[in-house]
Amino acid sequence: MATDGPALAELLLQRLERAGGGGLGSLEAAAALGLEHQHVTVPVLHSSPVCSPQVIEAEQRSSKRWELTPEGKEIVQEGSHEARVFDSIPAEGLPQSELMKLPSGKVGFSKAMSNKWVRLDKNADGGPRVFRAVESVQDSVREKLQLVQQGEAESLEEKDRNELKKRKLLMEVIIKTYWIRKGSAFSTTVTKQETDLTPEMLASGSWRDLKFKAYNFEALGIMPESGHLHPLLKVRTQFRQIFLEMGFTEMPTNNFIESSFWNFDALFQPQQHPARDQHDTFFLQDPAEATDFPMDYLKRVKKIHSQGGYGSQGYKYDWKLEEARKNILRTHTTAVSARMLYRLAQQKFTPAKYFSIDRVFRNETLDATHLAEFHQIEGVVADYGLTLGDLMGTLREFFTKLGISQLRFKPAYNPYTEPSMEVFSYHRGLQKWVEVGNSGIFRPEMLLPMGLPEGVSVIAWGLSLERPTMIKYGINNIRELVGHKVNLQMVYDGPLCRLDS
Amino acid sequence: MRNVTVARACDMPTVSVKRELLFQALGRRYTDEEFDELCFQFGLELDEITSEKDIISKEQGGGKAEGASDIILYKIDVPANRYDLLCLEGLVRGLQVFKERIKAPRYKRIMPANGGVQRLIITEETAQVRPHAVAAVLRNITFSKDRYDSFIDLQEKLHQNICRKRALVAIGTHDLDTISGPFTYTARPPSEIRFKPLNQSKEYTASEIMDLYRTDSQLKHYLHIIENKPLYPVIYDSNGVVLSMPPIINGNHTKITLNTRNVFVECTATDITKAKIVLDILVTMFSEYCEKQFTVEAAEVTYHNGRTCIYPELAYRREKVKPDLINKKIGISEKPSSLAKLLTRMCLKSHVTGSGNNIEIEIPPTRADIIHACDIIEDAAIAYGYNNIQMTIPKTYTIANQFPLNKLTELLRQDLAAAGFTEALTFALCSQEDIADKLGVDISSTKAVHIANPKTAEFQVARTSLLPGLLKTIAANRKMPLPLKLFEISDIVIKDSTKDVGARNQRNLCAIYYNKNPGFEVIHGLLDRVMQLLAVPPSKASGYLIRAAEDSAFFPGRCAEIFAKGQSIGKLGVFHPDVITKFELTMPCSALEINIEPFL
Repeated sequence: MATDGPALAELLLQRLERAGGGGLGSLEAAAALGLEHQHVTVPVLHSSPVCSPQVIEAEQRSSKRWELTPEGKEIVQEGSHEARVFDSIPAEGLPQSELMKLPSGKVGFSKAMSNKWVRLDKNADGGPRVFRAVESVQDSVREKLQLVQQGEAESLEEKDRNELKKRKLLMEVIIKTYWIRKGSAFSTTVTKQETDLTPEMLASGSWRDLKFKAYNFEALGIMPESGHLHPLLKVRTQFRQIFLEMGFTEMPTNNFIESSFWNFDALFQPQQHPARDQHDTFFLQDPAEATDFPMDYLKRVKKIHSQGGYGSQGYKYDWKLEEARKNILRTHTTAVSARMLYRLAQQKFTPAKYFSIDRVFRNETLDATHLAEFHQIEGVVADYGLTLGDLMGTLREFFTKLGISQLRFKPAYNPYTEPSMEVFSYHRGLQKWVEVGNSGIFRPEMLLPMGLPEGVSVIAWGLSLERPTMIKYGINNIRELVGHKVNLQMVYDGPLCRLDS
Repeated sequence: MRNVTVARACDMPTVSVKRELLFQALGRRYTDEEFDELCFQFGLELDEITSEKDIISKEQGGGKAEGASDIILYKIDVPANRYDLLCLEGLVRGLQVFKERIKAPRYKRIMPANGGVQRLIITEETAQVRPHAVAAVLRNITFSKDRYDSFIDLQEKLHQNICRKRALVAIGTHDLDTISGPFTYTARPPSEIRFKPLNQSKEYTASEIMDLYRTDSQLKHYLHIIENKPLYPVIYDSNGVVLSMPPIINGNHTKITLNTRNVFVECTATDITKAKIVLDILVTMFSEYCEKQFTVEAAEVTYHNGRTCIYPELAYRREKVKPDLINKKIGISEKPSSLAKLLTRMCLKSHVTGSGNNIEIEIPPTRADIIHACDIIEDAAIAYGYNNIQMTIPKTYTIANQFPLNKLTELLRQDLAAAGFTEALTFALCSQEDIADKLGVDISSTKAVHIANPKTAEFQVARTSLLPGLLKTIAANRKMPLPLKLFEISDIVIKDSTKDVGARNQRNLCAIYYNKNPGFEVIHGLLDRVMQLLAVPPSKASGYLIRAAEDSAFFPGRCAEIFAKGQSIGKLGVFHPDVITKFELTMPCSALEINIEPFL
């Protein structure tokens, strides 16, 4: 019997050649070749190097087949238990107790009894004794099982099969078979296929005569080993790029600790404002207070809050220096904008465009979309004669660069801008207008005490970095994006950040 | 800009009104979409369309909502400075004037015909606890159930917002026909104050009242305002009947009912300006239901030094703004008369004066938010319609500059990722344990900035190192295939007495390697690569070098200090097994952290 792979495969291929265009079944092929089924399926399953899908095509099918159990096989060899019992009884009979000790005794005796092949004499001398009741017997169980072994189980009556199955002599098995047809490059001879090009093949030129194993283009490649940038910071890079394209200068926001003065008072945010509450803002225990302020400016801030001025009524309350001294974790980067505008006011005025993207802190209740710290994006333009239309036009240009074209503006309230407008964009996915930013023109009560000229307007807008990033990447829980609980797989798998596509 | 994430309830008060009642008062019906659009134009937000039943079933489950009203409610977000829109009456008035269906009412203070003005006398004792009070009378008012509910609701909204949870101002409203003036606003020791509080069946002393409300879901929030004062504020009538013990509770005796015809309103305060605003808002809103509509009877308040004031002020202030200025600030070119008309639609009655080069605007007592011309200009813009303004691009010419530290950071990030390390983004705030105990150092040696009011231990300090954040990131990703190679370039915060605020940020670069072997050579190699990127050669004289060092975070003999630019810039090493265990890790791990600011 041929046993090596190529030889086996060639036998199969020749058989297939004879079978013609219709193909043949693997089980039948195995039977015809006198082989075990598995020897035929090995080349079919492409696990052998000899047969590629181009040579033969295989379609998986499953079929049911009756097989003998180990006990059934034994019966084919030795005869049924009842026949064996019959054969073991001599003419003078056998004591029942002895018969029961035989391997087939128990099962065989009761079957032989019900077949009426044997009889039992209970009153014989020396105890019950078993005698043959007929001359000879026909072992039909063995004959039926022999048929099954020869692959002719179908010729048995269903009743018989079920009876034998009940006696655990037969079993029905499902086997995977293949229907095999000729492939596009069918050939009855097997050539060894090379896996890949080697330097030797290139040197010898043997590649010209060799056949190469087909690649599986369905499979994925191997990912390159590499580092990855964080998705949120990739978005930060793009926002930074947009501001730079628009001619905005980056503000130095590397100061998380800020005094209440710059964070609130300078912005004309009154000292009783809810944002200055313990529930909203992180205050510092150490260092608890800021020590150094531009005193002339601080006096003007105090006056505008407590008495008004520059055309303003002010808030008319008792402004306290100790409140302004309190150190906090900045609640917005606008504190830095205030420092920058104050600095701008200390020299001969030149127009300015500033931006920043950095962390801010809120002592808030945390949930799926709010953390105690997040990144604020802010843009500021200072020039003579800027209008609300200029703010809207600037916002339109900015958001167009983010791929957001449909904008509308809603009147809003911010303590330090007037007019103020919330920016909404139409979200196609959600099919509604969603807030994408907040904006306004800084109040004169903020700008004039700094020393900026009267005609100068400062327009500004802000948004968070996290929100557009979460929308962009479909992230629902902010903790999956920011902080140590980030899913690194998400970082590894992240696409490029192209905001406008 | 504060509310840049998602507007929070605390940012914007929400007013709940019955839709039917609202449409009835507006004299027409709207679809939900139409009303939403009207809100948007006016600067309101139709936040939710719901019903009491919906609210209860959402909060407490469907079963509890059985039998609750299913009348449709509109929840409308109102800008935090528009106290005149905090009730149905004000909203309707504002919208009707905006749509030019009615003219803004003119509010009038009147003296009682018979000269019997109600008097409130403030005694000296109040100075230490709550020194101010204002008062007024709503005469011949007619309540209905809805009006009464709105009256109570407006007081609550004012308490939560402008009154700063009753700390600045507390409102008390009383059935005037149950008491007789003059009234005395004084302060007494809690043991000496005794009365039956609102909706209680027996008398308590002030101390008992404080105990009584310690578990009250609403009132417990106000107890702290006076709790530790030796004297509690209290208002009596001429017969010693207690009107209220501000800012906690009114007396039951003066309780308002649907049948009440005359209401005595008092506001006690630590901030007199806000007290006047609150009184003006409350009386202007509800004088609508008085027999003489939009009139309010005056009350006289006398301080202990004899100074006497008449309230409510209901002052109309006149401002002049040049039409040219309005046009220029908005970016439109409307005629002066059109601008005056726009402002009138915002309850700011205006007319053109002189030869058309000035607009005179009358600021009503309901619009305390108008404190500068810019507020008037905003109202003109709202009435014009923000979305009708022509968008323009400013001609401002500037040259952009990057902040050098951020520029360096951006460049380094790219190349650290190219070197096979993955970027982490960790919190700037953390627990003391993270930066001290877990790294084997004492918190006092860290120069850390401490937060006074953290809600949880996660926000006790600002980080003084990027290491804990990266270690925690690895701990949260232990299931990922090894090795894990992470980096972060971000700011730490340290105390620095040379700075105005006593602290400063420092930009650090941190990298970590986590695998079955410590991988010191990997981290060391990364340091060499970073120095190569910064064009700093390995050299004792002008380059960088590492020198054996001891640090409690690192395994003895496996730590080195990094020197460059003539200074120590950080350390690298293999973590001490105690550190690895404390951060709930199971593999050896090495790391590097340097300050990049010297390389600018």
